[in-house]
Amino acid sequence: MGFKKFLVKRAITMFGVLMATLLLTIILVGSNMDSISKQSAALDIRQQVTNNKSLLSSFKTTEQLDSYIDNQVKMRITALGLDQPWYSPQRIGLSMYKILTLDFGHAKFLTSDSGSSDVRDIILEKLPRTILLFTTATAIVSVLGIFLGAVSASKVNSKIDKITSGFAIISSSFPVWWIGVLMIFVFAFLYPVFPARATPDVPASDPGYLGSLLYHMALPLITLVMIGFGSWAYLVRNFLVGVLQEDFITAKRAEGIDEKHILFSHALKNAAPPIVTILALSLSGSLGGAIITEAVFDWPGMGRLYFEAISVLDLPVIIGATYVLTAFFLVSVFVADVLYGYFDPRVRRQ
Amino acid sequence: MSFSARAVWKEFSHSKIGMTGVAILLILFAMSIVAFVTIPLDIFKTWNDPASWLLYPKSAQPAWVNYFQSEKIPEHLILSPVRSSQQLGSVNVLTDSFAVNYQYDGFPSDFIYQYAAKYSGSPLLQISVTRPDGIDLHLVSKSLPFAGNDSVYSSMIFSTQNVILKNIADKRSNYAFSLDGMSSEKIIFSKLDENKILKGLYVFHVHLYDVSTKPVLEKSRLILGGQVYGVMGTDELRRDLSIGLLWGTPLALFIGITVSIGSVVIGLIYGVYAGYKGRATDEVLMRFNDIIYAMPALPLLIILAVTIGNSIFLMVGFLVIFGWVGIAKVSRSMAMQIKTLQYVEAAQLMGQKNYKILFKHILPQLLPYAFASIAISVPGAITTEAGLSFLGLGDPTFPTWGQILHDASSYSAAARGMWWWIMPPGIMIAVTGLAFVFMGHAMDGIVNPKLRQR
Repeated sequence: MGFKKFLVKRAITMFGVLMATLLLTIILVGSNMDSISKQSAALDIRQQVTNNKSLLSSFKTTEQLDSYIDNQVKMRITALGLDQPWYSPQRIGLSMYKILTLDFGHAKFLTSDSGSSDVRDIILEKLPRTILLFTTATAIVSVLGIFLGAVSASKVNSKIDKITSGFAIISSSFPVWWIGVLMIFVFAFLYPVFPARATPDVPASDPGYLGSLLYHMALPLITLVMIGFGSWAYLVRNFLVGVLQEDFITAKRAEGIDEKHILFSHALKNAAPPIVTILALSLSGSLGGAIITEAVFDWPGMGRLYFEAISVLDLPVIIGATYVLTAFFLVSVFVADVLYGYFDPRVRRQ
Repeated sequence: MSFSARAVWKEFSHSKIGMTGVAILLILFAMSIVAFVTIPLDIFKTWNDPASWLLYPKSAQPAWVNYFQSEKIPEHLILSPVRSSQQLGSVNVLTDSFAVNYQYDGFPSDFIYQYAAKYSGSPLLQISVTRPDGIDLHLVSKSLPFAGNDSVYSSMIFSTQNVILKNIADKRSNYAFSLDGMSSEKIIFSKLDENKILKGLYVFHVHLYDVSTKPVLEKSRLILGGQVYGVMGTDELRRDLSIGLLWGTPLALFIGITVSIGSVVIGLIYGVYAGYKGRATDEVLMRFNDIIYAMPALPLLIILAVTIGNSIFLMVGFLVIFGWVGIAKVSRSMAMQIKTLQYVEAAQLMGQKNYKILFKHILPQLLPYAFASIAISVPGAITTEAGLSFLGLGDPTFPTWGQILHDASSYSAAARGMWWWIMPPGIMIAVTGLAFVFMGHAMDGIVNPKLRQR
């Protein structure tokens, strides 16, 4: 009962965040968006008129033609509701409704690999690649981190513990993208082991595409893992050290249960709630960081799409990508909440 | 829960890691002061102006790479003169001598004499060089354009000018090999029996003769072209990277410290107010906090930078918008605990005003936590700003380390092996972050005694 209420409350907050982010994005890019959609409407009509030969020949002077086009444009703008200022409630409401139903419109400059300029197609093409890279990285990092963290927690102040903590602190103060640039420098140019650009060089229809994709993924993956696992191990260690001081662990020890068994099944199980929460959060956090990382490695995912959209100011793509990124971010925060409640019965009973 | 400043400092000073952080920070502050004192802001503002970097070499490695090499790469030298003047009858002679002890295993790529002379009349400019073996080579004689009254004439003489080759040809008989088709610096700096570099002391003399008045050289510099330069080398646009790196220090500290102090102050007051007020106020404030907390920061920061502006001060503001939320959450829960303490209740019963209780009784209790949070949130602010600059969304008038890295990547420095362009900015970002992480780590250990037992 209590947990359900908690979840409903969280879900409402999440939806509120999604709306707020969307609103903020629309407000920020609104005035630019406005002039762009007006221009495209005018362009559209001019094209229609010039393509229509019989209509074109019925005008005697260019002034007549121009005034006709102006009229048509005005009518179209009124029909689309563009005569209202972009900040009018109807227009903002309409654009938010459109985005909510995943109707992002057409991109101005960017296209998907298959040539479609529909923002939804572009995003659907890029999203799986980002998920592939960052989910794989998070999975490797968490397994490595949990194992290393557990080992350091069982031997507090040992050499391995100190190395892990030190590595965690140092690796967390380097920007991931700088390590990325460095990795490209060393492993793509100094010792050409991996390709410098992470975009696969064979078309998606080729049977070798998956292999090529994985090969190109190696360098960004290694970088993400290298930077990520240290702080993971450090967090897991801190949780476990806290759990290992609890009475029930001492009791287990007194029972004569194997130390390894205590660590990996009893202690780790009790440290699971915060660890799972952080897992979900770090996954969503890395999606945000993907913008820079993907730009550095030229990985053809959401992050690079976002970066490209920003550099050419392709507003429909920016809005669509922000929406999708935010939605993913929020879903993982929500999943983290649910998992926390699942693993920690205290939250459920409250 | 209660800390006195002295006790905190005492404990802090015993923490090795914390003191390391303080030491690094002091070094960074010293670097900032050096930057302010030695490189005036006006000079730094010319960072993006290609005209002000003409005399520097293109993509030169740092000069110290020569220590690790048996073959010494010629260094790019910008020489200042030793000045003397004489009176020969009615002729005034001004002499600038440039001495260079040339010990590199390669010819300079070229040489340029840059000058600005103030005179009236039409003085004669002569350049000659004395080689280590005592041979004098006459390079240039040039009469400067006539000027009625004291006017300044500035120009440059390049080693590629044909007149230099013609003048050197007089000494052709000294050389055991043909000088045809050779560039002037390869002749001037060559041994006589074979075309190899002759090491030793070269002295370039610049004479300015004028009959009527004493000529003045307002600017006089001799540049010997080379492939290594300075402490940090130069980039593709000939900019001296050491200047950019040095000036990046105060900028990074400014961004990091302003953002973290701003975020912590706002978060602290917001959280404590919500926690102290409780009920509906708390609910509304915390829901708002939740909304900001769950927003994806980086995409929104990028949109803000693109649509509103990317000046360094705006950037600080944007970073604060997303920086305060976590601190507000923690300080709210701390305030809720402190609120129930007896001395706070006593103050309430005595009828003290709310804001007085907040500022006198609750906030001071949170100060150690606040300091720890300031230290911990600095690296994040610095790396985020660097990341935005790296994407090309930073303030171009104040080039930060991230901006330098952005330039490096847009000239594909990694592909061309220009490590001196990529490594130092990243290391500076990390070291600066590390200083604050160390300090925050030590502070955290004091503020949360639980961590200490671990």
